[in-house]
Amino acid sequence: MYPSRFRYEAPSTVAEAVAMLAAADGEAKILAGGQSLIPMMKLRFAAPAMIVDINGIGGLDYHRSDPDGTYRIGALCRHADLEKSAALADAQPTIAAAAPLVADPLVRTRGTLVGSVCHADPQGDWASVMVSLEGAIVAQGPNGHRSIQVADLIDGPFQTVLAPDEIAVEAVIPAARGARVGGYLKLERRVGDFATVGVAVSVEMSGGSVARAGIGLTGVGPATINASDAAAALVGTVLGADAVDAAAQLAAEAAQPRSDHRGSADYKRHVVATFVRRIGAQIQRSEHEAA
Amino acid sequence: MALDEIKIGGLGASRRRVEDNRFIRGKGNYIDDIALPGMLHMEILRSPLAHARIRSIDVSAAWAVPGVRMVLTGDMLAARNLAWMPTLSYDTQAVLATDKVRFQGQEVACVVADDPYIAKDGCEAIVVDYEPLPPIVNPTQAKAPGAPLIRDDKTGQDSNVVFDWEVGDREGTDRAFAQADVVSTIDMHYPRSHPSPIEACGSIADFDRATSKLTVYMTTQAPHIIRAAVALVAELPEHMIRIVSPDLGGGFGNKVPVYPGYVVSILASILLECPVKWIEDKSGNLISTGFGRDIYLKGEMALRNDGRILGVRMHTDSDHGAFFSDAQPSKFKIGLMHSAFSCYDIPVAHLTAQGVYTNKAPGGVAYRCSFRVTEAMYFQERMVQAAAADLGMDQAEFRRINLVRDDDFPHRTPWGFLTDSGQYGKCLDLGLEAIGYEDFLRQKEEARQRGRLLGIGISTMTEPLGAGNSREYDILGIKMFDSAELKVHMTGKALLRTGAKTQGQGHETTWAQIVAHELGIPAEDVLVEEGDTDTAPFGMGTYASRSTPVAGAAVAMVSRKIRAKARKIAAHLLEVSEEDIEWELGRFSVRGAPDRGVTIQECAIAAYSNMPDGMEPGLENNAYYDPPNLTWPFACYIATVEVDPETGVWDVLRVVAVDDCGVRINPMIVEGQIMGGLTEAYAMANMQFITFDEDGNCIGSNYMDYLLPTAWETPGFELHEVVTPCPHHPIGAKGIGECATVGGPAAFVNAVIDAIGDSGVRNIDMPLLPDRVHEAITQGHDVSGAPPVKTEP
Repeated sequence: MYPSRFRYEAPSTVAEAVAMLAAADGEAKILAGGQSLIPMMKLRFAAPAMIVDINGIGGLDYHRSDPDGTYRIGALCRHADLEKSAALADAQPTIAAAAPLVADPLVRTRGTLVGSVCHADPQGDWASVMVSLEGAIVAQGPNGHRSIQVADLIDGPFQTVLAPDEIAVEAVIPAARGARVGGYLKLERRVGDFATVGVAVSVEMSGGSVARAGIGLTGVGPATINASDAAAALVGTVLGADAVDAAAQLAAEAAQPRSDHRGSADYKRHVVATFVRRIGAQIQRSEHEAA
Repeated sequence: MALDEIKIGGLGASRRRVEDNRFIRGKGNYIDDIALPGMLHMEILRSPLAHARIRSIDVSAAWAVPGVRMVLTGDMLAARNLAWMPTLSYDTQAVLATDKVRFQGQEVACVVADDPYIAKDGCEAIVVDYEPLPPIVNPTQAKAPGAPLIRDDKTGQDSNVVFDWEVGDREGTDRAFAQADVVSTIDMHYPRSHPSPIEACGSIADFDRATSKLTVYMTTQAPHIIRAAVALVAELPEHMIRIVSPDLGGGFGNKVPVYPGYVVSILASILLECPVKWIEDKSGNLISTGFGRDIYLKGEMALRNDGRILGVRMHTDSDHGAFFSDAQPSKFKIGLMHSAFSCYDIPVAHLTAQGVYTNKAPGGVAYRCSFRVTEAMYFQERMVQAAAADLGMDQAEFRRINLVRDDDFPHRTPWGFLTDSGQYGKCLDLGLEAIGYEDFLRQKEEARQRGRLLGIGISTMTEPLGAGNSREYDILGIKMFDSAELKVHMTGKALLRTGAKTQGQGHETTWAQIVAHELGIPAEDVLVEEGDTDTAPFGMGTYASRSTPVAGAAVAMVSRKIRAKARKIAAHLLEVSEEDIEWELGRFSVRGAPDRGVTIQECAIAAYSNMPDGMEPGLENNAYYDPPNLTWPFACYIATVEVDPETGVWDVLRVVAVDDCGVRINPMIVEGQIMGGLTEAYAMANMQFITFDEDGNCIGSNYMDYLLPTAWETPGFELHEVVTPCPHHPIGAKGIGECATVGGPAAFVNAVIDAIGDSGVRNIDMPLLPDRVHEAITQGHDVSGAPPVKTEP
């Protein structure tokens, strides 16, 4: 467990970090929580020539709501910050449901949502959650900022469209059109295991019907899956059992699992559908209780 | 007045573990904590392929890495007759591959460098040209006609079969089956698992050219065996070899064998004349060192309609990997598999066993296994549950009918072991009462009406713990006994050393308690040391739950020798004849005049200052103990579960454990052993296995694929005890370290099978992953085999 030789840099501003990345000619990796990067380096699956540690950069550890309801999560906001936030539980039910299911308590204390999304591991929980919320990543490069939808950010396993000299500084979740409801369910063999299946469902209810819906799938394909057809099946409905059932079937079809030691492909599809139904039922129950 | 035995930390005291004082302060002395002046670091290059011929190895670039001091390959070892070493099962194992690699992770070359980073860089610079060969990953493939020969290095080895073995009464068993009302059959696989001690293996070899002495610090459970092995393999004089096993972060059998890393570090130290340290990483440990299980069973039981078992047939196919390196008594080819069914009154049985080579890591004995007893008891208890179901009989009642009764001891088991004591029925009843058996059966039925699946699983077993006796148990011909040496200093404090080697069992605490029990010297006044062959008496080490049965007995026996001498001293001090001396804990007194007495401490100082005429001075002795029989603890484990029929996920509701390990030295430590074992049992039933894909790639080479349960998943355990003292052990103790690991898995599996009983499913192979349970429920068929390899038998 001894990594290859690398250079270590600890900038104090984002601009400084961007300059270091630009100078590294694609050979640098950003260290935020390090919960994936460091094990990969110790196993020598990754051997970056330079580590740019952004933990010394101030003002990136926030998560907060804008007055219009837009939600922002900084690049150094830890999973545990989200898990422990009471305000988030009301404003962002899908994130609140997912946060305690990310890895284990040790990883959650250190790891970051933005880092997890940018790591683009098909087994990562946050990318599915962000996809279900139509979330975006704000990247800062030498030429300023740009916003990239998470659904567009990930273009393969462990691959994103971020340029080598760009840093993801923030995740942004747009304001809900109505009341936001949702949930995240994950089948794992053990706390900290990669998901056998994870399902994120986010729904915006307006006037008793679904104004917008998103469904993201974890661990059932070469990358995070945006089950947009399944989500579309919910829009305009009152989220009744039939609509949820239809969405569940479409989500199972959208999944591209492979059989492995975590389960067969058929089984994983079945669990995707089951989880969509269960989250639908959870939402129904909480709506019912609220009414 | 007699001392209060509990207050002095004697037998039955739940004394806090003295070793924890340094462990929880971070002051343990583990292998990687040791640094010697001028020490270099060694790293192993491992094979990425499961089966391939080595065309060439180019090490020139590795030599060129700054800081690399030596690169070692199989050819270099072959020149010194060290490329192959003997295993503990009379086979040979490659130290560094010369001709072929035979499993993924096999040791191919070693690099010694100034620091471990450079050593790793050096390994990466080595270029090996492999010619891939077809890999064999299970017994079916190994035995298929035309299968590639894995061990083409061995003269006369013309197939992949390691051994054929048979025990029991074939004809008698056939007759029993001819008379059966019902024959119950089952096919099962016990998957490969790995003990995965929290600390991996490592060694620091330090050859001193000036004195010709070789000191090796090594993660070993059996330092004296290693000393003998090094003497034979390296052709060094045994008195010039010192093996030191420092604090060990767990062993579980994983640290019994000799591994290539040890051997090469020793050679490198001799060649370089400086200390060479090798610390294995966790992946290296998982993919190359002693594993557990990986065995297939076909079992048949002849039954009478009234519930009596008339006879048993078992056939096992075991997968030993590329080298047969089980540590086990040499006369039993599949260990103590034939200890199955020892707790049941069964007239006749027959076992055939075949072992094969595959392109997988060698080992096959480790993991709290007691020589294959884990598999034996799992198969036994799964067969028992299936038989009860086939008879339409309650699983508890079926056990009650067949368990050996209290007045039947000593009892000869169907395969010839002699069990000597137990209260099996009482343990079962206590377990059933604790779990609320009848209530649970009602709850289960009510839940079933509402579509919920509850289940209850029972596992009852006795197992043979504590090898030897030396008549039957040996390793490489070395008889299995053990030893203790006790030195009582003049102030009454004492130093105790044994031939065992603690790895977490708490010997430093419990051995002192035995001394306290026998001599009345407070446990805190007894320092316990183990693991250094220059100071410890010869012993066979710690594994197979043998320490308390054998070394612990030696501790009692040496204490009694000391007491006998102290009695003579007491008679001298009290000026009476020895016959007039009475012993109470910690004190000798004059018969009829109890006020006239001397303490053991007063005898100790007299042994150095006022001994009787003609008596040898000092108060020291040793004892070698060869037990007359194994010890036979009994356990009843009961688990209740709920299965989610939609996903196949199952949750444990309750676990009740009733253990009878005879007299408990330190109840807290015994309970810790049981909880640890139940945790491992739960892990194997639920999540833990190493499998291989068709190419022989190890799926389970890291902790993301090979799962160990955390506190989060692990259920709570409710512990109960029955005490039937061992009739032949000096303090009545029996082995306990492995009971729960051995007996526990079947309780969980039986519970899940019970929960889905309506589906007609008889078996789901461990681990009971949700997808397997779901498949069984929805398809109504058994789920056996080890995916993703689909060709398992």
